Amino acid sequence: MSDNLLELRGISKAFDGKTILQELDLNIKSNEFVTLLGPSGCGKTTTLRIVGGFEKPDTGSVIFNGEDITALAPEKRHINTVFQKYALFPHMNVEENIAFGLKIKKKSKEYIKDKIKYALKLVDLDGFEKRKPNSLSGGQQQRIAIARAIVNEPEILLLDEPLGALDLKLRQDMQSELIRLKNELGITFIYVTHDQEEALTMSDKIVVMHRGLVQQIGTPKDIYDEPCNAFVADFIGDSNLLKGKMLDDRLVEFLGERVICVDEGFGKNEPVDIVIRPEDVEINEVGKGIVNGVVKNILYKGANYEMTVEAGGFDWLIHNTVAYPVGSMVSLYVKPFNIQIMKQMDESEMILDEDMENETYE
Amino acid sequence: MKRMSRKHLATPYVFWIICFTILPLIYIAWYAVSDGDGGYTVENILAIFEPVHWKAFVLSIELALICTVVCLLLAYPVVLILRRLKIKKKGTIVAVLILPMWMNFILRVYAWQVLLSDNGIINSFLGMLGLPSINIINTPAAIVFGMVYDFLPFMILPIYNSLMEIPNDIIEAAKDLGADGFTIFRKIIWKLTLPGVISGITMVFVPAMTSFVFSDILGGGKIQLIGNVIEQEFTTSMNWQLGSGLSIALMTIILLIMALLQKSNQQTKGNNMIW
Ligand SMILES: Nc1ncnc2c1ncn2[C@@H]1O[C@H](COP(=O)(O)OP(=O)(O)OP(=O)(O)O)[C@@H](O)[C@H]1O
Ligand SMILES: [Mg+2]
Repeated sequence: MSDNLLELRGISKAFDGKTILQELDLNIKSNEFVTLLGPSGCGKTTTLRIVGGFEKPDTGSVIFNGEDITALAPEKRHINTVFQKYALFPHMNVEENIAFGLKIKKKSKEYIKDKIKYALKLVDLDGFEKRKPNSLSGGQQQRIAIARAIVNEPEILLLDEPLGALDLKLRQDMQSELIRLKNELGITFIYVTHDQEEALTMSDKIVVMHRGLVQQIGTPKDIYDEPCNAFVADFIGDSNLLKGKMLDDRLVEFLGERVICVDEGFGKNEPVDIVIRPEDVEINEVGKGIVNGVVKNILYKGANYEMTVEAGGFDWLIHNTVAYPVGSMVSLYVKPFNIQIMKQMDESEMILDEDMENETYE
Repeated sequence: MKRMSRKHLATPYVFWIICFTILPLIYIAWYAVSDGDGGYTVENILAIFEPVHWKAFVLSIELALICTVVCLLLAYPVVLILRRLKIKKKGTIVAVLILPMWMNFILRVYAWQVLLSDNGIINSFLGMLGLPSINIINTPAAIVFGMVYDFLPFMILPIYNSLMEIPNDIIEAAKDLGADGFTIFRKIIWKLTLPGVISGITMVFVPAMTSFVFSDILGGGKIQLIGNVIEQEFTTSMNWQLGSGLSIALMTIILLIMALLQKSNQQTKGNNMIW
């Protein structure tokens, strides 16, 4: 038997004839912090709802601890959810909200009292026992929702964009708080976000989704350093995305230049997508690089400078610690192993993605 | 300046309230405490405790209570089912349910008289099926029948509104925490619809308590409710002092009941909504 706590096997789901999830496979180990990351409408919430039991997949199965729970009702699963919109019970105070699950499990009064105290301390809201949800700020409600879920000691905690409604400062505080919670409690987290930075800083494993398909699963470093296609590269972090042609093993052509790289195994003259991260572009004297260009723009960004250099008919985004004045002539160089080469994605998929991002989902 | 003009907008409304609500009330109160010879008395008000009046009053409360309970038992499940339906046109269904409200009130009561009478449509129909006929016309049952039919929409609407306001994710959160259907109903749905239930009870109980049309038409004039007593004091007996006194007594008792209801509502939720 595998040591996976949760397995999604070939999950598909359609709403009103529109496919939302396609053949989704995902394995999650105990104690992992897994993040589902993708643009709005890509099916993150739907995936989470299938794990929670609120939605039945059309095909495929959900395996929990080696047991098929696809048909099990949500109230029977050892999984708790922190909902996107908190979903606190408005007629109950904080204490009653947190006690709700424990009372159903017929825990003793003493036990419940201890748990409430412990949970409120954990989310840093001691003394809020008697407050009603509508008298709390968004961040406080969010933390109560987390407290309400964790007192049940679930094996998996599902969190649907729990920090989406918070301002930047509070969000960063809550991010580290969540990581602390996870380490303290030893619970498996499945976390949904469309904020790539949040995903990179918090997760053990990131699942990049796009239009109902898993694009890539890996550690934050894998995903950032070795994106498997142009979508992932574009979605995660800043990048220079170029079109090119693989001339031979370890030889690629882009912007009309032949460049040495480290990738092998593509067909001869196969069109490819090329990703170069802004911090991997080196700036040299004219003639001592791959392409020559002119600095068009420069911004001071605290740790480094963000420059735009037009070279070979392409606007390069470059992060560098040295500033080059606007208008100066430079040459750009990229080390072979910093040139990421990927099979080309269907053009239509990228275009559709833009449409999806412009639509507003609830 | 802006505030001034806004205030002016309310003037007709204030005028309306004074003319048609406050003045008549003062007038009735004044009648209630005058003895007809220029003196003052509380006898007209205390007359509610005279056996004849008290009997009618108690029967009114009984019928109004039965009517309210029946309305609640009919309305609540209907509304629950409506929420579960996965259709978009729930509003249309509610509109159909409350459609009779738009028909003349007296006409509807007469229609029930025709339907329920001993040789009426319902009994002919039962006869055709070979079933025994029902003789409920001119009984309290017929009165309750008519009242339930007329007042049901006033129970459905506020409950429907409060139930539809409950977001789905709250129900899902309860499931997520392990609650079964019954627990969700008891601890979440019932509690959150209580303001609607109380509005519904108010809007059914009060008119059912004071109405005299149902007993006139469906009770055959044989059954005296407090509404009938008061009506007759004003019309046939021409004793406006006694009629006013009984009205004031009735109003006081109803206001007391409502205050108690509202208080129990406020204890469960800090939100007082009269529909
Ligand atoms: N109950 C439903 N009925 C019909 N369509 C639905 C339903 N739930 C979700 N969808 C559709 O499924 C798609 C994916 O929705 P989902 O909520 O999973 O997206 P998401 O990745 O969570 O997006 P977001 O980041 O905006 O929350 C959307 O196009 C949405 O309109
Ligand atoms: Mg979502």
